[in-house]
Amino acid sequence: MSTLSANLESANLESVSHDDHAHAHDHHDTSGDTVFGFWLYLMTDCLLFASFFATYAVLFMNTAGGVSGKDIFELDFVAVETAALLISSITFGFAMIAAQGQKKALTLTWLFITFCLGAVFISMEIYEFHHLIVNGHGPQHSAFLTSFFSLVGLHGLHVTAGLIWMTIMMIEVAKRGLGKATVTRLSCLSLFWHFLDIVWICVFTVVYLMGAM
Amino acid sequence: MSFLGKLSLDAIPFHEPILVFTMAAILIAAIVITALITKHKKWGVLWRDWITSVDHKRLGVMYIILALVMLFRGFSDAIMMRTQLALATSGAPGYLPPEHYDQIFTAHGVIMIIFMAMPFMVGLMNIILPLQIGARDVAFPFLNNLSFWLTASGAILINMSLVFGEFAKTGWVAYPPLSELTFSPGVGVDYYIWALQISGLGTLLTAVNFLATVIKMRAPGMTLMKMPIFTWTCTWANILIAASFPILTAMLTMLTLDRYLDFHFFTNELGGNAMMYINLFWAWGHPEVYILVLPAFGIFSEIISTFTGKRLFGYKSMVYASGAISILGFIVWLHHFFTMGSSANVNAFFGMATMVIAVPTGVKLFNWLFTIYRGRLRITVPVLWTLGFMVTFTIGGMTGVLLAIPGADYVLHNSLFLIAHFHNTIIGGAVFGYLAGFVFWFPKAMGFKLNEKWGKASFWCWLIGFFLAFMPLYVLGFLGMTRRLNHSNNPDWNIWLYIAAAGAVVIMFGIISQIIQLYVSFRDREALDDTTGDPWNGHTLEWATSSPPQVYNFATIPHIDDIDAWTDIKEKGQAYQGKASYSPIHMPKNTSAGVLMAASLTAFCFAMIWHIWWLAIVGLIGGIAIFIKRCYTSDVDYYIQPDEIAKIEAAYNSSGNKELKA
Repeated sequence: MSTLSANLESANLESVSHDDHAHAHDHHDTSGDTVFGFWLYLMTDCLLFASFFATYAVLFMNTAGGVSGKDIFELDFVAVETAALLISSITFGFAMIAAQGQKKALTLTWLFITFCLGAVFISMEIYEFHHLIVNGHGPQHSAFLTSFFSLVGLHGLHVTAGLIWMTIMMIEVAKRGLGKATVTRLSCLSLFWHFLDIVWICVFTVVYLMGAM
Repeated sequence: MSFLGKLSLDAIPFHEPILVFTMAAILIAAIVITALITKHKKWGVLWRDWITSVDHKRLGVMYIILALVMLFRGFSDAIMMRTQLALATSGAPGYLPPEHYDQIFTAHGVIMIIFMAMPFMVGLMNIILPLQIGARDVAFPFLNNLSFWLTASGAILINMSLVFGEFAKTGWVAYPPLSELTFSPGVGVDYYIWALQISGLGTLLTAVNFLATVIKMRAPGMTLMKMPIFTWTCTWANILIAASFPILTAMLTMLTLDRYLDFHFFTNELGGNAMMYINLFWAWGHPEVYILVLPAFGIFSEIISTFTGKRLFGYKSMVYASGAISILGFIVWLHHFFTMGSSANVNAFFGMATMVIAVPTGVKLFNWLFTIYRGRLRITVPVLWTLGFMVTFTIGGMTGVLLAIPGADYVLHNSLFLIAHFHNTIIGGAVFGYLAGFVFWFPKAMGFKLNEKWGKASFWCWLIGFFLAFMPLYVLGFLGMTRRLNHSNNPDWNIWLYIAAAGAVVIMFGIISQIIQLYVSFRDREALDDTTGDPWNGHTLEWATSSPPQVYNFATIPHIDDIDAWTDIKEKGQAYQGKASYSPIHMPKNTSAGVLMAASLTAFCFAMIWHIWWLAIVGLIGGIAIFIKRCYTSDVDYYIQPDEIAKIEAAYNSSGNKELKA
């Protein structure tokens, strides 16, 4: 096995060498490429959000005689929502520290807490949307509401996808433990989760704070 | 709501003789191809070695086949338009009614840009880029297969619109409010939205994949400033894709929400703003034309340096010029709508930014000229395309600078002058480049060279046909003829419309010559065989492999000391030197996940177009499920053993050495 591992050093697909070839089944380590590729994808996702932000900036004054941000945003409510998401970023950080330390139970605990906080965020957002729609402020009523629902909803969809991904990761960690591939996937999800946090800070500032002022 | 949503037998256009004829032709072709594959028992090979392949070289070949098929479709649209306009003069109605003609010009634009030029460029990049940087594959081989099938899905959707329903009648830009539900209630715009959305996703994934490949997988010693120029221009194009395609995704999503859920992004009512769409469209659309042309510039650079037997003049300035074009390409989008109400200062800024692009482009042109200077230029088919490009593209560039003057644009906006200009740059720049790259790298991909005589015939037909078809459009633009006219009634225009139609026929002879060229070359492939893997005395690493390359590309990854790495290796006498022993090579396994996922998403898109909600849910969940399942498959790779590598390498090196002695 050791000769095979040594051979791998030169036969590896990528030119960079890697530190860990102890496990023959862990051959062809591309975790660095994977995280980098995922980071590139996140940058494209960032531009997707940027487009929706730009559209919101153009359309938010077009209330067509209907409500504006001042009339419908409840900052207290959104502050709680925001707090849930921001704390979930910290708890994901703890999950990653636990994962690096190969502490399976602790990783799962922190992931579960993160999941719960994410679920609180999404539930509150769905409640807010539902509340607006039943009060006659659905996205069909003005360009402002259209762009508001789309920008916030796009973020919400991402968080929902993150929650689904997190569920799968929790099953994976529980079943397979914290192998190299699993930790790489966790790293990608953690990038994704922190990224959504940063986007939310922009949403909170640009949409809610500036809108309510 | 019925089981099939809005889809019914009425959606099939039996009343349109041209479409019925097309459908019959497609059906017959499909039956013949199916029968041939079955007769030769090739279904297994097709599935195992091609459809499920994660090999970048095979994916590249499939991209180019897709591009050539769509070129055929897009050109059929073109020649129909030219004959219609030549017949429908002096008040005659011609043979294409407006509602059909409008679909044709929309389809022509979408197909030529998204489903001909893009796959052609991505195909060449797939085949060549990993070889040029000394990599064994791309960073994410499965993703590469998925990208291809997502692109193919878009192409399939757009062709389905021939049979089921209609295509958009909005022009390839699909500006609202025309493309909103109020004014385009049919499924045409929905076909447009979903075909672009799914293929755009594929393109975006390709860019991410190739950027990761270039950053992470270059051979040892190859610094960024030692990368071959084609790799550099592709990298700039990939950066542009990564930066601009998300805007397209966002814009299409917004139009989708407007059409499906009664949102008001771009509507006339309730505060919607159609100009926002137009800005977003061109914030993607303008970088898109540089995405198309930059790799072509790279191809010309490789060809010129190879066939003069010299180093490329001004390599560094070439890299920086490409970067300057990429960055400038992002701050000029407004020149597509000077006439739509921006202030004079805004127009002036965008006009000047546009004109500035001529500077780095000029740098490139002079670099090519200086590369030729005092070289021994071998006038081969790729070189002919390059020389043709240099003349043609210069004209296109100059008319572009003319259009960049807002005052002049007020006269020429949406006239045939504009049509002439962008065909001049896209055909004379991008398409000539891809066709040059096609001839240049064909032996690398397929193992034999293309027939020289038919290649030259094709080039001259294309070049002469191009000038005949498009120079009259400049004149017609000055005479006041606007684009998208179905018929005309101005005797002054007639002669120019006739010449343009004749030009399209000459281009058709060019395409026919290419088909003959492919047939003749395949027939004589023994005589045209490329045994050394280096038929043109090339400079870069792709020529350091056999033709077609070994599945693992390089038995041992070479160390790079020079921009012209292969020239360097040959000069040091290290070419075709086998090794005493080889290490096992790690390779990705083929997978059906890509094609199945794309099929599932195609079903989703088709269902969305026709409001077949149950199928949309099934398709979307199916696609996601296949993806998750693929992520948790551990049996994704295998090893090629040293004895097998030694056998393959021995055969390659002995034929290479034989050639060296001869």
